[in-house]
Amino acid sequence: LTTVRYAVRHETLYCYERRVAHAHQQLHLTPRSFARQRCLEHGIQIDPEPAVRNEYIDAFGNGVTRVELDRPHEQLQVIAQMQVNLEAVPELPVDEGEAWEQVRDQLCYHARTRDQDCLEAMRFKGESPYVRIKRVFSDFAQDCLVSGGSVLAVASALMNKLHEEFTYTPGATEITTPLLEVFHKRQGVCQDYAHLMIACLRSAGLAARYVSGYLHTGAQASDGNPSQLVGADASHAWVSVFAPPHGWVEFDPTNNLLVQQDHVALAWGRDFGDVSPLWGVILGGGEHTLEVRVAVHALAAPAPA
Amino acid sequence: MLDSTQLLYPGSVQRYDELLEPDGSIREHWRALIDHLANGGADAARRSVELTRRLIVENGVTYNVYADPQGRDRPWQLDPLPLLIAADEWRTIEAGVQQRAQLLNALLADLYGEQRLIAEGVVPAELAFGHPNFLWAAHGTRPVRDCWLHLYAAELARAPDGHWWVLSDRTQTPSGHGYALENRAIIARVLPELVNELTVRPLGAFFQALREGLMTLADDESSPLVVVLTPGPFNETYFEHAFLARHMGLPLVQGQDLTVRDDTVYLKTLLGLRRVHGILRRLDDDFCDPLELRADSALGVPGMLGVVRAGRVVLANALGSGVLESAGWLGFLPGAAQALLGEPLRLPSVATWWCGEEPALEYAIAELDRLVVKPTFPNQRFEPRFGRDLSSEERALLIERLRSRPYAYVAQERISLSQAPSWRAGASVRLAPRTLTMRVYAIATAHGYKVMPGGMARIAADGVVDIVSSQRGGGTKDVWILPERGNEDLSAALDTLPTRRMRHDELPSQLVENLYWLGRYSERCEDKARLLRATLTMRTSAAVWRNARAQCVRFGVLPKEGDPAESLFDDAQEFGLAADLGRLGWCATRARSVLSAEHWRAISVMQQQFNAAGATRDDPLEALDGLLVALSALSGFALDDMTQDDGWRLLMLGRRFERVHFLVGLIADRLLEGAPLLQAELEWLLDVGGVSITYRTRYASIPQLTPVLQLLVFDETSPRALCFQWIAIRRALAELAQSLGVAPDTQLEQPIACLIDMAGANMAEEGNGGDARRRALSAALAELSVAVGQVADRIALRHFSLMDLDMHTVAS
Repeated sequence: LTTVRYAVRHETLYCYERRVAHAHQQLHLTPRSFARQRCLEHGIQIDPEPAVRNEYIDAFGNGVTRVELDRPHEQLQVIAQMQVNLEAVPELPVDEGEAWEQVRDQLCYHARTRDQDCLEAMRFKGESPYVRIKRVFSDFAQDCLVSGGSVLAVASALMNKLHEEFTYTPGATEITTPLLEVFHKRQGVCQDYAHLMIACLRSAGLAARYVSGYLHTGAQASDGNPSQLVGADASHAWVSVFAPPHGWVEFDPTNNLLVQQDHVALAWGRDFGDVSPLWGVILGGGEHTLEVRVAVHALAAPAPA
Repeated sequence: MLDSTQLLYPGSVQRYDELLEPDGSIREHWRALIDHLANGGADAARRSVELTRRLIVENGVTYNVYADPQGRDRPWQLDPLPLLIAADEWRTIEAGVQQRAQLLNALLADLYGEQRLIAEGVVPAELAFGHPNFLWAAHGTRPVRDCWLHLYAAELARAPDGHWWVLSDRTQTPSGHGYALENRAIIARVLPELVNELTVRPLGAFFQALREGLMTLADDESSPLVVVLTPGPFNETYFEHAFLARHMGLPLVQGQDLTVRDDTVYLKTLLGLRRVHGILRRLDDDFCDPLELRADSALGVPGMLGVVRAGRVVLANALGSGVLESAGWLGFLPGAAQALLGEPLRLPSVATWWCGEEPALEYAIAELDRLVVKPTFPNQRFEPRFGRDLSSEERALLIERLRSRPYAYVAQERISLSQAPSWRAGASVRLAPRTLTMRVYAIATAHGYKVMPGGMARIAADGVVDIVSSQRGGGTKDVWILPERGNEDLSAALDTLPTRRMRHDELPSQLVENLYWLGRYSERCEDKARLLRATLTMRTSAAVWRNARAQCVRFGVLPKEGDPAESLFDDAQEFGLAADLGRLGWCATRARSVLSAEHWRAISVMQQQFNAAGATRDDPLEALDGLLVALSALSGFALDDMTQDDGWRLLMLGRRFERVHFLVGLIADRLLEGAPLLQAELEWLLDVGGVSITYRTRYASIPQLTPVLQLLVFDETSPRALCFQWIAIRRALAELAQSLGVAPDTQLEQPIACLIDMAGANMAEEGNGGDARRRALSAALAELSVAVGQVADRIALRHFSLMDLDMHTVAS
């Protein structure tokens, strides 16, 4: 198994119809380091130069950059650049691991001391602002919840079902489209696929997080076939499921695959709202246009350590 | 004089009675009150009820109900009889509420910090993490002196055994303490002798402590700025926000009055940005910062959480404190008290089972008949259901629901509420029992939590039932805590808060804007009322009537068609008097925190009277007479009752500008018309201008154009004349400029000089010379009016422009 190195350039350009008098922006554009990913370097350029810029780590461990623009501006450009090393994810036998009912019960309250992994998972099993837990989601997930099946088996079945029954349609939804509406339309973008899968897992009592990041498609995907993957020209989103004893396992429901070595993770949280790459509140501005460009390049394989 | 036993009602076997012993005799601490009522007799009782009702209306005490089809403020309901609590009993409640506030504060600190209680299984993670008000963005923040809970309220009920139980906790933005204070003010006027005789414990010191507490926590500044943050006039308890702000001498602000720069909160004032050190917020947790919390909140202040993270503002209560508002916590508080305070919980909660625990769920299902099922979280759409009221089908559905998402429900024992007497002043005066709950308040001080010696009791709308709610139309009672025997509360004489004047650099721009428009609408209504009255009086004089009516149509106060007397009260007429009175009321509502109680009462009574007249439409002239008297009173309040700060200056400028526009509109165009102004029309003009009597005493002749114009335009001593407005405007502009440290606006000097040049000229002369003079005067007036408009626009731009930009969120 070899390490892969990627360079990512993520460019965001807002053009406003009128001048923006003042703006606060919050950026989740710093890649995380965790088991399968190591951030080697990263930087964020902002134009115009912010009056105030500071950084902190949020409750979920993500690096956040906050900026304040206090001079009138008609456009805002943010360029995030980074290099990361990705390790290959070991092949997991889908049918192994604890049964989903067992994990569900383990995540419920019992009047006793819990371990760190379990506490971490408990943060991601409840409702969150973009993921309400509704009957329709547990009904949808019903036939994937095979009695005694492993969490991985349940998640894989669910991912298959979502991929079959929903159509990836750029522009079909917006950030503000309620999940129930997406569910009934059966159309959406990667963010919707991720939210739907999370809603179904949580309504079964399991823990799932929303991961924001980038996807490398290149000329060829890692399996050697020409890429059919979607989500390459913009930032991407997928799902991470708590599946003991394997820990957190990542699924990409938009592309119906288990995350291997093509997904560069920026940040994770309960849903999009916790980790949106750029989120701002502006004063003035009127209408705006948004351009996003993402380029992910594989670099020469790093020398063995 | 009545026999006190005639007043009484039979006691209850199932409920605790606040007034009666089980044997039907009067409890010791109620005896003085009952004797007083009996001595006063039926007339005194009726007077009490009537006086209470009148004071509520006149003080404008309201509670907005969103669902109210009329969309109006609803008068507050207050029973004239207080709830009496004896000293020894109060000690128990006080200690219990104190401890509970301390416990909940420690629990918040743990949930937003280490989360030890979750890790140890003392409290369920689901209750915190599943709650919409658990703000992950606030996790890891540490408020000044670890004070999360500055103000806390416990909703209490007394069980049949006489013990008080906690029904629910209010930890986010507890409301009602302002109403409690207003209730006391009213009842102290209704039963003054009793308040003295019983030496009822006063409430004022509590509010002083609340204010001082925030001031001392707010940094090391010598004069910290603390504001009250309200969601605005549409909120159900806006009355209370304005009342508290006025009472504590703190600016009342909305989200858009504040801005965050470099992790610091600022208030937008007339003099620019002023740092805010403390915020007593009435805005819900998740609405406070659209940058990190609810993106759709236009009420919040973007960047607020960054300020909290930087420890640069004291928020009362801290962001995220709403997470404890869930019945789910109740069953876990005894364990939390042991874990966090190392002591048992003093004040028990009503027995509650959170269904997220398997055994609790099974118990709840087995005992459903004697339990009520409620939602765990406030964002669930689920009305509480009483097990025993369900059909077998409903019951099965409910059980299925509980099993599918057990953690989202709690089951609670029903409590038989206690009952207390309330006045029924019908044909025969007597007491009737009403079930009640009582809200008690605690605040954080440098010496621990202090409990307000009083509270707000809520009684059922009708009879004795086990649900009491203001939303459902119940009433309230003042709560009297009786002093310890032999240790009479000496602070009774100190029950007034030393008023702290708002510094002029603390006037929020938005408040000033509302004052300015209050001034404009007050004058506009007065002018229009006078115009209408003079016109309706002239109905008999056909020639004048046509002209006068045309003027009214031009001003927008009458429609082209239809009966003028009818349309007077029609608020669909866009620029009509009724609509402008509505706007006046709206501006007054938004400026209420700086209006005196009497000033507000005058506005409120005026509107009620006009609405009452509108309902009958009997005599429009009489309605206008009454309205004009009331409007003159407003002008008196503006002159004699308000601090003459920059806010007042803008209010007065608003009035003066409006008057100039009105006079110009009345005269300028008419001067261009060829037809001469006849005597009847001049009389009408004098009447519209409000100077008929001045004219008569000064000129002792029938009206002639030149002296009429002298009085309406050039006279510098007549308060209704245009040049008098000019003198006042010039002074106000100069004072305002001085206070702001800028050069005064001089644009009006030239058009005024031009106008004054024409003073004394003969305007009545017929022929070309007269025509030219009238045209010149008309043009000079029109020019002045335009210039006034421009000066007004500049003021708006300089002082109010910060409000003009829309705020919105962008995301990628």
